[in-house]
Parts: sequence; C-alpha cells; structure tokens
Amino acid sequence: MEANSVTSKLGGTRENEIIDKKRIGLWKHVRLNKWLYLMLVPGILYFAIFRYAPMWGIVIAFQNYVPHLGMFGSEMVGFMWFKEFFTSPDFMRLLHNTLALGVLNITIGFVFPIILALLLNEMRIQIYKRCIQTAIYVPHFVSWTIVASLTTVLLTSNGGFLFELLQRIFDREIHVLTDPNLFRPMIVIQGIWKSSGFGTIIYLAALASVDVEQYEAAIIDGANRFKRLWHITLPSIQSTIVILLILNCGSFLTTGFDQIFLMTNSLNRTVADVFDVFVYNIGIGQGMFSYATAVGLFRSVVGIILIVSANLVAKKADPEAGIF
Amino acid sequence: MIVILLRKRKTDIFNTPAGRVFDVFNFVIMGMFGFMTLAPFLYVIGGSFASELELTTRGFFIIPREFTTEAYRFIFQTGTVINSMIRTAGVAVVGTIVQLMFTFTFAYPLSRPNLRGSSVIIKLIIFTMLFSGGMIPTYIVVRSLGLLNSYWSLILPGAISPFNLFVIINNFRRFPTELIEAAHMDGCNELNTFIRIVLPLSKPIIATFTLFYAVGIWNDFFSAFIYITDSSMWTVQVVLRQVTMLSATTIDTVVEGILDVPEAAVKLATIAVTTFPILCVYPFLQKHFSKGMMIGSIKG
Repeated sequence: MEANSVTSKLGGTRENEIIDKKRIGLWKHVRLNKWLYLMLVPGILYFAIFRYAPMWGIVIAFQNYVPHLGMFGSEMVGFMWFKEFFTSPDFMRLLHNTLALGVLNITIGFVFPIILALLLNEMRIQIYKRCIQTAIYVPHFVSWTIVASLTTVLLTSNGGFLFELLQRIFDREIHVLTDPNLFRPMIVIQGIWKSSGFGTIIYLAALASVDVEQYEAAIIDGANRFKRLWHITLPSIQSTIVILLILNCGSFLTTGFDQIFLMTNSLNRTVADVFDVFVYNIGIGQGMFSYATAVGLFRSVVGIILIVSANLVAKKADPEAGIF
Repeated sequence: MIVILLRKRKTDIFNTPAGRVFDVFNFVIMGMFGFMTLAPFLYVIGGSFASELELTTRGFFIIPREFTTEAYRFIFQTGTVINSMIRTAGVAVVGTIVQLMFTFTFAYPLSRPNLRGSSVIIKLIIFTMLFSGGMIPTYIVVRSLGLLNSYWSLILPGAISPFNLFVIINNFRRFPTELIEAAHMDGCNELNTFIRIVLPLSKPIIATFTLFYAVGIWNDFFSAFIYITDSSMWTVQVVLRQVTMLSATTIDTVVEGILDVPEAAVKLATIAVTTFPILCVYPFLQKHFSKGMMIGSIKG
C-alpha cells in the first residue's frame, strides 16, 4: 500500500491511480489530477451560466416579471400566463401553424434526402456523382439570411425572375412572398433546397457500409433492381432513418427561427407565426417577458414529450432501435 | 469516405434495358437538382455585373449582355456592407479561438477514464441537449451580464455545443494511451500532455471545428439580431437583410451624394459579396466534414 502511494505521488502509471481511487479519497485524487479538474472549470462555468441559469429563469413564467425588480423581486402569479395563453386565439393559430409546418417537414422534408441519397447511390459515373454532390452541399453552408435574400430577389413582384416565370406559366400574378396560402409550400421547398443535399451524407455513409456480397448474392438469386432496393438497401439504412426521425420529432415544434422570421411579413403573418417567432415578438419585441417565457416553456415541454414518445414507439417496434 | 463513395461496382448487372433507362433518368434528375441548387448563385453573380436596365427587362441569365461594375462600385463606396463584413470577420476570428479553447479544454478531461465525476457531468450536458431555458431566459441572462450590444453576445452563449463536445470527447478517447502514458512517465502533468502531445496530433479535428465555428459565427443571424441593436455594430447577416429584404440600399446615398441607385443590381451584388467568403472556404469544408462525420458516429 505504501509502495503504491509513493509511485502515485510521482505521477506513475494509470493502473496505480485507478486501483488507488477508492483508497485515495476525493481531495487527494483532485490534487493528483489537478490540471484535469482545472481544465474542467471554464466548461463548467459556461454550462452553469448559459445553459443552467436560463433554466432557473423559467421561474419568470410563473411571475409577473419586471426587469428592474428582477427574478427575486417580481410577484408570483402561478399559472396565470398559461391560462391566458391557452384561452387566447393565438394559441390555436400558433399550434396550427407550427404543427402544419412540422408535419410537412417530417414527411416531405425528411423523405427527400433519403430519395436523393438512394438515387446518388445508384449513380454509375463516379465523377458526375462527385460533381453533383459538390453542388448540392453548398446551400447548407450558406446562411438562412442568404437563402431568404435569394428567395426574395427571385420571387419579388418587382421584376423577380421566378415571379415572371410563374406569371408566364400560370397566366396570372403569383405572389409567393405574401400569399398566406403559398407560405407553407414556399417554406418546405426552401428547406429542401437548403438542407436535403447535405442531408444525404448520413444516408450515403450508411449505404456505403452495406455488404457488396449481399447485392451479388441477390443478383444471383435473380433479384431485379427494385427488389434489391426493397430487400437489401432499405433495411440496411433502417436504423439510421429511425434515429434521424426521432431526432426530427424532437425538434418538431422548433421550426427554426431564422427561416420563418426572415420570410414573415405583415401579409402572411396569420400563417407564418410559429412558436419561436411569437416568443420573440411578444417577449423581446413587446417586452412581455413572463408571457413569452410561459409560451416558450410550453413549447420545450411538448418537445421533450414528443422525443421521448417517438423513442418509446421506436423501441416497441424494435428493441434495438431508438436513442435511449 | 470519398474513397468509399468512389468505389467502382464490379458487378455488371445494370446493363439491362430497364437499368439503362433508369440510369439516364437518374442522370437527368440529379443533374436538374444540381442545377437548381446552383442556378440562383449563378444568377446572382451574373446579375451583379449587369446593368439595372438589363435586370429589370431580361429574364433569367447567367452572362450579362452588358458588363458593368456599377453595383460593386456603389457597395464599396458606401461601405456599409464591407464594414459589416470586416467587423463580422473579426468577431469570427476571436470567437472561433474562444470557442475552440472552451470546447477542447473541456473535452480532454471528460475523455480521461480516471476523472471522477465525469459521468455525472456528461449526463448534465446531455440534459441540456433535451431541455433549455428558452429564448427569453437566455436573453435575460445575457442582458444581466451586460453583453447586450457587445460582440461577446455572439461568442459566449454558444461557446460550447454539446454535440461538438461529444464528437471531440470520442475522438480524444480513441487517442492511443501509450503516448499519454509515455508523456506521464516523462514527467508531464496533464496540462502539458494536453498541450504538447494531444493537441498537435489532433490537427485534423481542430481544423474541422475551426471551420465549423467560424462559418457558424459568420452565418449567425439570430444572435446578432436580438442582442445587437446598435446599427453601427451590425454584423454581415443583419446588414444583408437590411439591403436585400428591407430595401435599405439607400441608407448612405444622401450623405455620399449618389442619386441613382441601381437597386436590383446592388441587392444581387450584396448577396454575392456576402456569400463569397463562404464559397472560398467551401472546398476546405467539404474535405473536412466528410472526415468529421466519420469521426463521430450517430450512436456514439
């Protein structure tokens, strides 16, 4: 035992340190590995201040928060804000808008990269495939502000190229940017344009790890292209699809702030308003901090419920599936 | 990963008539999608060199009939866009360094098996991935730290991304233990080991995340928009939105005495100029993120 202690003080091998863990006691352990613990400090400070402190800030949702009184000085009002929110017309509108966009993104927006990946996977000419990939990854790295600017410039009724094109095809003026009925299709198509190219990467990686021998065996057994796709390709990326689907469900209600905020204007607001944009407008815009926090809390809680439920459903279907 | 994607199929069963039709179909469809992805950018570049007249009268084009640089001259003369780009680049440089330091320094101890409490800390970090305080409480925290209208509000709140952190932790865990033990034997404490041995050998992953963080800060609209209200401090994305979507192209014209602003061309030129840095960096991004995806697996 003494020999072990001596070598540990000299900074000996890890085995000694692990064996002595139980015998050393906490403070000695920290002193021995003091640099490791010191290196933890900035990270712990960051998470404490910018991740956990805001969680405490949720208390505001149950208060009548006044900035100069602070969190501790403002009076508690219980569930008042929540009652007000659930009975206001805003609630159904927000829920409807957010869910509609969420469903569209989960179906069309989710499937598109998979189809693209499958098509890319079937491409014979590798150079062409690489060129296409280089092209379709680009929009992902560009900011939403650029995407929104491009959309605006192309669709503006003030001479935008796509506006003129649509006018020629449909023989009337189509105001995509301001028409509430066209808002959702526009958002979904915009999202596909920006993200589905890059989204193929995960699926391509999964597809590349499929055993070539399986394909060859299937061909020998007489399977045509579709049968191979159905019986070999799809099952092999099944677990990847499920995981990504669960992750997407969790962010169902978030519908990115940037994209929606940038494309919202006074004319399509009724359809465009989603939770995050509403929280910004009411909270930071109008200063109703408590009310906005209550809405945001509702959104976060529903998000967790969704991701846990989706995970449970996936586990029921296949015990190996799921994230946790 | 590129090697895997380039692997040639040895099997020759795709030469059935149906197979050939599909190949042509695939060729055309993917080609169209690729074109539609790039077409807006090509239009922007071409159009930014076109005269206002040509933009308002002609349809879609990539090469302007009349080449002119008046839009770019306007942008450089008024300077709003360029200045915001310089400011944002500065924030990106400092911010990337800060974020890298925070993330890598935090990841190393958490990757060591002899660290007590690491599993507790990791569980606490995972929790933040599922639940957060939300926009308003975070805003209040930032405000009470006095970071409103400070560029630090663009750097600190997002200093460590849990997802990135786990990728780096995984990467450090796979580091050969013999090297670390050898360093200990030679009398290095953990900090020295980290700085002198682990970091230099982690150059690829550091490069990857340098790019990610820098691009992230450059592209950030949300934080810049809500935390910085002083228009002289606006970053590139906020200015871009002002110019292209709020038609604020004429902000400085009265001062400069410019009468005829080629609005449409200026909008396109602004988009071109603000996208340009990202496109320059793009080849490096492409090289690194393919490696990056393999380093951190989804179920990791």
